[in-house]
Amino acid sequence: MSEQPLVTLQNVGKTFGPVTVIKDVTVSVYAGKVQVLLGENGAGKSTLIKMMAGVYQPDAGRIVVDGNTVTLPTTRAAEALGIATIHQELNLVPTMSIAENVMLGRMPTKHGMVDRSAMRNRARAALALIGLDVDVDTLVGELGIARQQLVEIAKALSINARILILDEPTAALTRHETESLFAVMADLRSRGVGMLFISHHLDEIAEVGDTVTVLRDGEFVAEVPASTPEDELVRLMVGRSIEEQYPRNAGGATETTETAEILAVEHLSSSGRFTDINFTVRAGEVLGIAGLVGAGRTELIRAIAGADHYDSGTVTVRGRALPKANIKAAIKAGIGHVPEDRKGQGLVLDASVNDNLGYATLASTAKLGLADFAGQRSRAQAVATKLRIRMHTIDQAIGALSGGNQQKAVFGRWIIAASTVLLLDEPTRGVDVGAKVEIYELMNAITAAGGAIVMVSSELPEILGMSDRILVMRDGLLAGELTAAEATQDAVMTLAARDVADEN
Amino acid sequence: MSTTTLPAVRRGFDYKKFLANNGALVGLVVLCIALFIATPDFLTGQNLLNIGIQVSTVAVLAFGMTFVIVAGGIDLSVGAVAALAAMVSSWLFVSAGLPGWLALVGGLVAGLLAGMVNGLANAYGKLPSFIATLAMLSVARGLTLVISDGRPISTPAEVSFLGGNLGPVPMPIVVLLVAALVASFVLNRTVIGRSMYAVGGNAEAARLSGLPVKRILVTVFALAGLFAGLAGLLLAGRLDSAQPQAAAGYELDAIAAVVIGGASLSGGLGKISGTLVGALVLVVIRNGLNLLNVTSFWQQVVIGLVIALAVGVDVLRRKTRNG
Repeated sequence: MSEQPLVTLQNVGKTFGPVTVIKDVTVSVYAGKVQVLLGENGAGKSTLIKMMAGVYQPDAGRIVVDGNTVTLPTTRAAEALGIATIHQELNLVPTMSIAENVMLGRMPTKHGMVDRSAMRNRARAALALIGLDVDVDTLVGELGIARQQLVEIAKALSINARILILDEPTAALTRHETESLFAVMADLRSRGVGMLFISHHLDEIAEVGDTVTVLRDGEFVAEVPASTPEDELVRLMVGRSIEEQYPRNAGGATETTETAEILAVEHLSSSGRFTDINFTVRAGEVLGIAGLVGAGRTELIRAIAGADHYDSGTVTVRGRALPKANIKAAIKAGIGHVPEDRKGQGLVLDASVNDNLGYATLASTAKLGLADFAGQRSRAQAVATKLRIRMHTIDQAIGALSGGNQQKAVFGRWIIAASTVLLLDEPTRGVDVGAKVEIYELMNAITAAGGAIVMVSSELPEILGMSDRILVMRDGLLAGELTAAEATQDAVMTLAARDVADEN
Repeated sequence: MSTTTLPAVRRGFDYKKFLANNGALVGLVVLCIALFIATPDFLTGQNLLNIGIQVSTVAVLAFGMTFVIVAGGIDLSVGAVAALAAMVSSWLFVSAGLPGWLALVGGLVAGLLAGMVNGLANAYGKLPSFIATLAMLSVARGLTLVISDGRPISTPAEVSFLGGNLGPVPMPIVVLLVAALVASFVLNRTVIGRSMYAVGGNAEAARLSGLPVKRILVTVFALAGLFAGLAGLLLAGRLDSAQPQAAAGYELDAIAAVVIGGASLSGGLGKISGTLVGALVLVVIRNGLNLLNVTSFWQQVVIGLVIALAVGVDVLRRKTRNG
């Protein structure tokens, strides 16, 4: 490309204390192109984009914008040059309206007062850019995670960015929402906006990207066209080839034993969330639950886990009905819940790996109200080794671990609790490829040992690749059931979004 | 703690890490050395016992506060509850004619119950702990005045004993040490104590792990009330009477002690040893400034600055560590 890039990070490096996070990496973003940044968690992607966004200063190398070397001491400085970032962690004020959030920091004023109608109009225009049709007076906190992310994207777009950094924007989106985001990106591309795109979904790269920069351990590995086959991308990223992305081997248990029914859900209804849900899960089985965001999948899982109330119906584990909204009883019956939001619901980030692994068994292993410290440590150590949780010590704060290792710790908690029915809600969200495969192998091990798994996922390939049976939910109802053999992306999507046009 | 997990246990003392994790203790030592140099009156047996007696009330209140802050709440009512507990105890003895030891227990129970009400209002009534305990502050102080009719009531001998001496050692110091051991044991060794860290760190994660978050919160506030009751009895014992305006404003000292001791007001962090050091810092500063003839007006200014400094340093330390 002879054309001058909009922005280049040239031979940049960054160290934090003794740790080198980025070493001699060069990345350019061109007008009208989507540059993909690919690498496992910890490869340095976040650090790199933070340098481009003015959050971190490079220790080595330089930043070039429009051919001029610049320093970006603050995010404001980056924004002034037309560089906007959509962060992985949402940057919105949940108690303020969409309009206020979109216009935050640059509210239009009239006679020194906020010009509310101008604010609303400009916010509406911003939402229109990505085809999001929501009342701009709605509080952001009332929106689901997917729509909040869309608001954030709309906000960044409305700053007239020339360079858009998208840090895993699709992680929380359904296929449908992702498609509309890609349509927006295509539109922006034709208008000459340069984009830096990060995603763990390899299939999205060819769809939306132009060139791919692959990083490993903070170093530049290769720059390849986005059309490079996925296997090759994985090999570049991981440094070895991963045999299979979805290593599901339907547990021997399904065939050999009496295919015992472990979990039965009958006529389960919760007003406004889901209605008359019926299904069973057998030992050794992975039941996938597909559907669009808002179809009631998370709500269903939470009700089964005892986290929320429901109106009617029963949840039965091994023939014994569980009381409503009683997490303790559910755990005792063998249910383990891996929630959707790992940081917000799964872990106590400031607490140690050891503590986090032990919460579910804190009371059950105690003697006379005294916590079983020695036993807990040895159990935690054993499970951390077994699940290959990468850490310095089990006394380390779990917040310092990578997403994949954090997620393995949530699984580990239920392994220590000897749970036999695992309810997984987006189990690999924000987890890199290597750790994903480890989680899938863990699922295989659980089912092979006679456990049962119910998995909610918005990643269709994951649902298709790992489930023995797939339920599809739509608007709180079971829209259909598919066997692994008959399930295809099209079949699932047809059930999940029969009225696609009305969606959103 | 066993050390089986660390393959490479570093021999020798990691003084850097120790300093970073014990900033308040280092500050306390520096403070003591400075006072030792500045005035000959500081390092005398009598003055040290004085400090011990003064720190006992604040520290015992602050131990209870540590539970609450670790669990992610705040308790503004501990001073008022301390006064109420002492007053109930004296009233039970003088007006209801109960034996002294029973009156003492009655005072502790009054503190426990007031704390429990705080916990119920917070956990089940969904009142933020700030509001629930602010209400309790007013209610408890009001009840104290109602019971006493605004006048001091003398304490039973058993309560006065708490303010007296055990041989050469003042009882408040003995009570302080026992309370510290008990509080530390509860926080570190028991299920309820470990649960407090989980609830304060992330209540939703704790709940989804099957921890009974509401019951834990009620227990936390009840314990804070119990410790407040004990502090109230210590204070009354020293004066041989329950005062209606006793311990007014002590809740702020207790919060300051906990925070100087390294706890986080957002919950999930905090240690009893840290709180004890925090309380000592507060009391030693006051004591030292008294010895140096600094007026109590200026003392308040200094205390305020110390709180800001202690927490500021802590925030900075955490930021650089996590950076």
